[in-house]
Amino acid sequence: MSDVVIDCEGLHKRFGSLVAVRDVTLTIRRGELFGVLGPNGSGKTTLLRMLCGLLEPTSGTAFVLGRDVRDSAEWIRERVGYMSQRFGLYEDLTVRENLEFYAQVYGLTGARREERIAAMVAMAGLEARTDQLAGTLSGGWKQRLALGCAIVHDPALLLLDEPTAGVDPGSRRRFWSIIDELVATTSTTVLVTTHYMDEAERFARVAFISFGDLIAVDAPERVVAAHPGARDLEDVFVMLQAEAT
Amino acid sequence: MKPSRVLAIARKEVRQLRRDPPTIGMLLGVPIIQLLLFGYAIRTDVENLPLAVHDAARTEASRELAARLEATGSFVRVADASGHEQMHDWLREGRVRAGLVIPSDYARRLARGEPASAQLLIDAADPLASQSAIAAAGAVAMAGAGGGAGIGEGLGAGTGAGPGAGTGVAAGTGSGIDLRVRPLYNPGLRAPVYIVPGIIGVLISITMMLITALALVRERERGTLEQLIVTPITRGELMVGKVAPYILFGYVQITAVLLLGHLVFDVPVRGSLPLFYAISFAFVVANLGLGLFISTLARNQQQAMMLGYFFLLPNILLSGFMFPREAMPELAQWLGLLLPLTYYLDVLRGIILRDAGLASLWQETGVLIGFSVLLLVFSALRFRKSLE
Repeated sequence: MSDVVIDCEGLHKRFGSLVAVRDVTLTIRRGELFGVLGPNGSGKTTLLRMLCGLLEPTSGTAFVLGRDVRDSAEWIRERVGYMSQRFGLYEDLTVRENLEFYAQVYGLTGARREERIAAMVAMAGLEARTDQLAGTLSGGWKQRLALGCAIVHDPALLLLDEPTAGVDPGSRRRFWSIIDELVATTSTTVLVTTHYMDEAERFARVAFISFGDLIAVDAPERVVAAHPGARDLEDVFVMLQAEAT
Repeated sequence: MKPSRVLAIARKEVRQLRRDPPTIGMLLGVPIIQLLLFGYAIRTDVENLPLAVHDAARTEASRELAARLEATGSFVRVADASGHEQMHDWLREGRVRAGLVIPSDYARRLARGEPASAQLLIDAADPLASQSAIAAAGAVAMAGAGGGAGIGEGLGAGTGAGPGAGTGVAAGTGSGIDLRVRPLYNPGLRAPVYIVPGIIGVLISITMMLITALALVRERERGTLEQLIVTPITRGELMVGKVAPYILFGYVQITAVLLLGHLVFDVPVRGSLPLFYAISFAFVVANLGLGLFISTLARNQQQAMMLGYFFLLPNILLSGFMFPREAMPELAQWLGLLLPLTYYLDVLRGIILRDAGLASLWQETGVLIGFSVLLLVFSALRFRKSLE
């Protein structure tokens, strides 16, 4: 059991009459790079928010790192990193101040804090810009700084909500190579949502989410193979969309 | 609640504030500007109204009357008129705002013990200004030596229909009317003494309510609030960390206004400062609660601003800050009772001007504490929900 990082069963979230996430059952193991694919408004963000205890499930259970999200939200948050599409940076603070702030909030102190901040600066390639205001950075830099803020406390699970939206192709490639290295060297489990199908080829497993339903959970090539007539994930995506509507 | 996380938030807040000169300007500049504006501009007591004198008597008694009028401080003698007509011309042109006409028989009648009269013409276009001048003249007339009397006549200059006779302020004639008014606490009836303590209340309302609301809405607007609530930080830590710097700022403002008011406008501090600072905390927290409440209603900073002003306006108009509550219609008086500032003003003026103690202010203090607890709990619950 200690190898299971995310374990949901019948996870359900309703907002009034709208079902945002329907009966999701999902197991993700340590060190896995897992992609949740789906169009905007399909329930991706709601699923992520339930996993980090931001939203309470309407029904069903979700265990993260072996604990129930319902009663261990704070414990879980100390061990989970979350990066939203909007990056969540303080634009009027410098690169260093942003990292410092999140390191403090995550309870890092002393030499360990300095060490982690330096590591994040190096990872993002921001050595020459530590005193620059975050608001003046370009998209790719901002994205890597946001990643640094989300993993400064060395989380066991990293949740990325559309991390590459609005970032240029070069920066996207650089971002994914950082993530690959993170998974390879630290066995961090990463759960990503995206609607860029070309990125999804690199994930160990993917799941499609459509109108709150999680469908076709498998390795990308097997998902493609299971859908006759589909050449790649993009075809599958379009086919599933057509089926659902 | 972990102090290190509260501190992290507070430190971040101060850093952000430092990079935001307009807001710092608002926090530091507004108290000073308000103090000077209200202190200097809003005064209902009039000084140095330009006065022309036509002394047809040219006696010692008549000169004395003019001198006494000038000695009230309400008038300053700028010219001598040759006669009635010139006096009216000058008034119409606005060259002078008041004119004293002493008839040639003034001294003679005075000497004979007959009612002596002189005429004071006052431009009453600005009723507020003229009122206090008329009152000052009335005092001179009533205390008139040997039963001397002055009669004031107001000139309505508002319609432009020419000078029409207004109300006359008659004073006692030969009889021994000797009415001495002795105003307590503000013997000069000076507006700053009344206004300056009130400014403290209005300032704290603005700072605590608006700045708190803005600081929270800004986080929501920029998406950093979402990022913050996925960290282990608790809602309590977040709220305390965010508002603590502004509470300190509030106390800096209180101190600055008190000090400036004392140095520039001679506003006394008669009561206990520690008591005043202690009761102020309840008022600070009440407004903080309002700021939190606004942050749960507003989707962006503009909305927060508008809502802030929506809450601020009744505070200024109905609390008794500028206009006496006793003069308001009953409904307005009742509405005023719903505002924390109304009670805080009683505390402020009580302690600062009258040296009132807790014994006479416990009711106001109790209401303020009630307000602060209610507002904070209600808003904190709403704030909690709004995060979800």
